[in-house]
Amino acid sequence: MTTLQTPTAGLDVASIRDDFPILSRTVREGRPLVYLDSGATSQRPRQVLDAERAFLETHNAAVHRGAHQLAEEATDDYEAARSKIAVFTGAEPEELVFTKNATEGINLVAYAMGNSSIRTGLAPESERFAVGPGDEIVVTELEHHANLVPWQELCRRTGATLRWYSVTEDGRIDLDSLELTERVKVVAFAHQSNVLGSIAPVEELVRRAQAVGALTVLDACQSVPHMPVNLTELGVDFAAFSGHKMLGPSGVGVLFGRTELLDAMPPFITGGSMIEMVRMEGSTYAPPPQRFEAGVPMTSQAVGLGAAVDYLSAIGMDTVFAHERELTKVALDTLREVEGVRIIGPDSLEQRGGAVSFVVDGVHAHDVGQVLDDRGIAVRVGHHCAWPLHRRFGIAATVRASFHVYTTVEEVAQLADGVRAAREFFGVA
Amino acid sequence: MKLEQMYQEIILDHYRQPHGAGLREPYDAETHHINPTCGDEVTLRVKLGDDPAHPTVQDVSYESLGCSISQASTSVLTDLVVGKSVEEAFRILESFQEMAQSRGKVPGDEEIIGDGIAFAGVSKYPARVKCALLGWMAFKDAVARVKEEA
Ligand SMILES: Cc1ncc(COP(=O)(O)O)c(C=O)c1O
Repeated sequence: MTTLQTPTAGLDVASIRDDFPILSRTVREGRPLVYLDSGATSQRPRQVLDAERAFLETHNAAVHRGAHQLAEEATDDYEAARSKIAVFTGAEPEELVFTKNATEGINLVAYAMGNSSIRTGLAPESERFAVGPGDEIVVTELEHHANLVPWQELCRRTGATLRWYSVTEDGRIDLDSLELTERVKVVAFAHQSNVLGSIAPVEELVRRAQAVGALTVLDACQSVPHMPVNLTELGVDFAAFSGHKMLGPSGVGVLFGRTELLDAMPPFITGGSMIEMVRMEGSTYAPPPQRFEAGVPMTSQAVGLGAAVDYLSAIGMDTVFAHERELTKVALDTLREVEGVRIIGPDSLEQRGGAVSFVVDGVHAHDVGQVLDDRGIAVRVGHHCAWPLHRRFGIAATVRASFHVYTTVEEVAQLADGVRAAREFFGVA
Repeated sequence: MKLEQMYQEIILDHYRQPHGAGLREPYDAETHHINPTCGDEVTLRVKLGDDPAHPTVQDVSYESLGCSISQASTSVLTDLVVGKSVEEAFRILESFQEMAQSRGKVPGDEEIIGDGIAFAGVSKYPARVKCALLGWMAFKDAVARVKEEA
């Protein structure tokens, strides 16, 4: 096995790992767990688990309902979490809507636009979200299904047309592949590809969208957990991310929308807690973010996400990014040495984060994954919910290694050894 | 250690040299099955015998894109069902499926499923069971289609 020093200056990975109880377990007959699947979901530190438990043991109540002391405390904790996440992402608290996950956040925008497109009984300001035949929704070929299927569905419901930027051979959005026109109403794209690791030219895409008056929707699922992100500075109109990929709980995510837009946008899910006034004949709705948080929301999860943000902020997102960059370098450098391995995505560190996907000549991704699993190494195999992207590269499945702040260089270096073992086992070495 | 239990030599042999591979004419029905979690695909054709009173499986031909488990299990399928009556083929299918879905509890009956018992180890890995059944389910579906059309 290759031995390498952990080089990221200032980051004490060993003591970070002590905060993550799950990382000390063994799998498959006593092998230490090597968790290289943080892109799918990250593990949670004790600080997050403790925050959830403390909330439930001392303050639990339905938020934004009731006037008793517990209800007040629970509401304060819930809103404090929102404020922390706002600071963390460079947004205002009222610009953040709690959702179940990023998928729900993106659907919220797509369905609110669908509702606007029906044009009955809505205030005139919702007109800017309406789409119909002749209008276009633009995505990219590298999107996760979560940022593709909701737009396909919006097009189906409204008669709008879906168009997309294609992807270059080295895994970048091909900015020359599409010319935006006045017909484009939405440009939706991933900040960082969950397969390729490539980081999108956000500034340029926002500029192009704004030039034709289109709204921008950023899938920030793989960026907010891994790098410093300031949503206001990026200039996007909407953004969505999930708690469970950023050391936080599952069941909570965030949709960001610029104040002016959330103010004008009709709701998606309706019911309790999101109303201003209800009569039998009809209702009016609360200002955002409440307008978009119908029903009793997730609470301990939101509090847990607040704790995750505290945890990440204490380390510093620059440090997190630098650490993952080092891990990506090790992954690329060691995998490149293995015969028959082809990296799918940029083979450099330029505008790139830590998701490293690859195929192995003559060994299917499932089989590589099985050999790695046998050694205790957890990776993702398959199309990673980006089927069109895999089709673009003419492959059915890849192996993906992804990291977080607790991942060590030594763990990443084991990957290449595992791939060599897979080639040997399947007789292609 | 576990790895060898799962990838028995028989499986690797079928994977390296799949039996009955390729799409052939004539055929009565063709199905295309995919494993939506990993994107693996199989296109499979069946040709049944000409006597509708005693239907037999005359040929199974296929083209597939997938891991060693799905490729090998489709290869084993053709060995087991071609030349059998449809009724017998379905008995084999049920027996194979029962083993594959048993989470390692049903060892499989070699009398019925022959080389198919090599997949007993796969049944302990829930994520791979679909791979082992991909070709089999395509076969089941194809036969059902022939019957529907008749
Ligand atoms: C880029 C990207 N977008 C969207 C999602 C969907 O996230 P979730 O399943 O948490 O809604 C994921 C996670 O799998 C992702 O990686």
